[in-house]
Amino acid sequence: MNPTEQYRAFMTIVRKEVRRYMRIWTQTLLPSAITMSLYFVIFGSLIGSRIGEMGGFSYMEFVVPGLIMMAIVTNSYSNVVSSFFGSKFNHSVEELLVSPTPNYVILMGYVVGGVSRGLLVAVVVTLVSLFFTRLHIHSYFVVVVIVLMTSTLFALAGFINAVFANSFDDISIIPTFVLTPLIYLGGVFYSMDLLPEFWAGVSKLNPLVYVVNAFRYGVLGVSDVSLGVAFGMIALFTVIAFAYSMHLLNSGKRLRQ
Amino acid sequence: MIPALRIENLSKVYDNGFEALKGVSLSVEQGDFYALLGPNGAGKSTTIGIICSLVSKTTGKVQVFDADIDENFPAAKKYIGIVPQEFNFNVFEKAFDIVVNQGGYYGMQAPLARERAEKYLRALGLWDKRDVPARTLSGGMKRRLMIARALVHEPKLLILDEPTAGVDIEMRRSMWDFLKKINAEGTTIILTTHYLEEAEALCRHIGIINNGEIVENTSIKALLRQLQREVFIFDSVEELEDDIGIPGFVTRRLDAHSMEIEVEKGQSINQVFAELGNRGIHISSMRNRANRLEEMFVNLVEGAA
Repeated sequence: MNPTEQYRAFMTIVRKEVRRYMRIWTQTLLPSAITMSLYFVIFGSLIGSRIGEMGGFSYMEFVVPGLIMMAIVTNSYSNVVSSFFGSKFNHSVEELLVSPTPNYVILMGYVVGGVSRGLLVAVVVTLVSLFFTRLHIHSYFVVVVIVLMTSTLFALAGFINAVFANSFDDISIIPTFVLTPLIYLGGVFYSMDLLPEFWAGVSKLNPLVYVVNAFRYGVLGVSDVSLGVAFGMIALFTVIAFAYSMHLLNSGKRLRQ
Repeated sequence: MIPALRIENLSKVYDNGFEALKGVSLSVEQGDFYALLGPNGAGKSTTIGIICSLVSKTTGKVQVFDADIDENFPAAKKYIGIVPQEFNFNVFEKAFDIVVNQGGYYGMQAPLARERAEKYLRALGLWDKRDVPARTLSGGMKRRLMIARALVHEPKLLILDEPTAGVDIEMRRSMWDFLKKINAEGTTIILTTHYLEEAEALCRHIGIINNGEIVENTSIKALLRQLQREVFIFDSVEELEDDIGIPGFVTRRLDAHSMEIEVEKGQSINQVFAELGNRGIHISSMRNRANRLEEMFVNLVEGAA
């Protein structure tokens, strides 16, 4: 396939993915808006007003970046894991496997589909958050770059999960037992300064800490970790996830017999 | 002229140790209509899976026109359109989108993919169903949808894995007509089927596979010439006696106006007509009792077992 044909194949996958999650928007877009609204009301307005300041900002201002990032992470991940596993389950993935579309185009098509859903939900959640607080963006560059890198990383992670999954249970185990705890322990609701030194150190093994803090830096201008380290760690995880995803596709394990 | 498909010493051992193919070799000429027959588990779907990249081969060589799958699989894939045995599309998508998307995966421009989708959905009688989710289509419609999808990039080699399984007779006949038409237009076709009548009606060459090995690879005509015996059913105008008894032939009376007569290789059917004519029996129609190929197939498979 020449580059033009590859681009057409790529856009076909992306369009199919976007159509898929827009067709079932009540399952894909609405839940995040509702869940985040509840977080804003409960943690931001009701409990937050009694907590006072966190990291030099009102509690509502402090949690908003983390909650937006939480929506991006969960949506970019779940879009790819459910879509790709679904295509494995109903064998429609064979439509791609028998075609001359290169593996990296297949991967990028699914990843960009996941990223687009993450971004769309981020916009919805951000608009909802404006009912509760005012957002001043400290660095648009950091915000845009970190959102794109994070959604790409978790879309890739969703792809890996989908390749290994054998049942619908398998695509909910990782989000439930790994992703959600990492998000909650990733500094969405608190500053690392509140943790004892040992647990603050342990937290730095959590990739979500870098994601949440880098995004919080983009919005508020404060972070518990160095911005350079955060970018470096996210980039490293992304490269590893991409390389492993390509290995899975090229080897055909769990996709071809 | 290079063959449309050349397979040499193809073998496949699955992870569980099962040896599905044991050095299969075959060649399909351009423009041919080729049947790959075999009992369940013989290796037909594994062979097709390897050709279209859904199954990884263990050893061997597969060449599609001028493209070797080990050296240039994307080029080989462009030559192939595949209609699998099982439905393998997203049942929530519209029929039209399924076909257009497949065009996109082959790098086609969207307007061309839409044009081809219309062409083949119309040809296969699915145009009225283009906007309904695929899950609402009947089994026969789903099979025709997979044929339209396989043709959207207009492949030179169309492979169909049991395309008429579970399809009613009328629908099967219309699919046969369609396949004959695209074969006449130049598309090489390989099909696997359990309906031996289908192979006899459509195909010029035949390969029989059993236990992962090719046990016969010849033309349908040559295969049928090997038949030692054929059984014909004659319908008579006059009422038949209980004991028909034509010398040199095994006969059986089926009912008052029909009988079975076995004709051995080397015997002339004219003798039968002559004998019946002498007795004043007029024949209104005559047909083969059963599919001739079926007997041949059973003999070959049982002989190889």
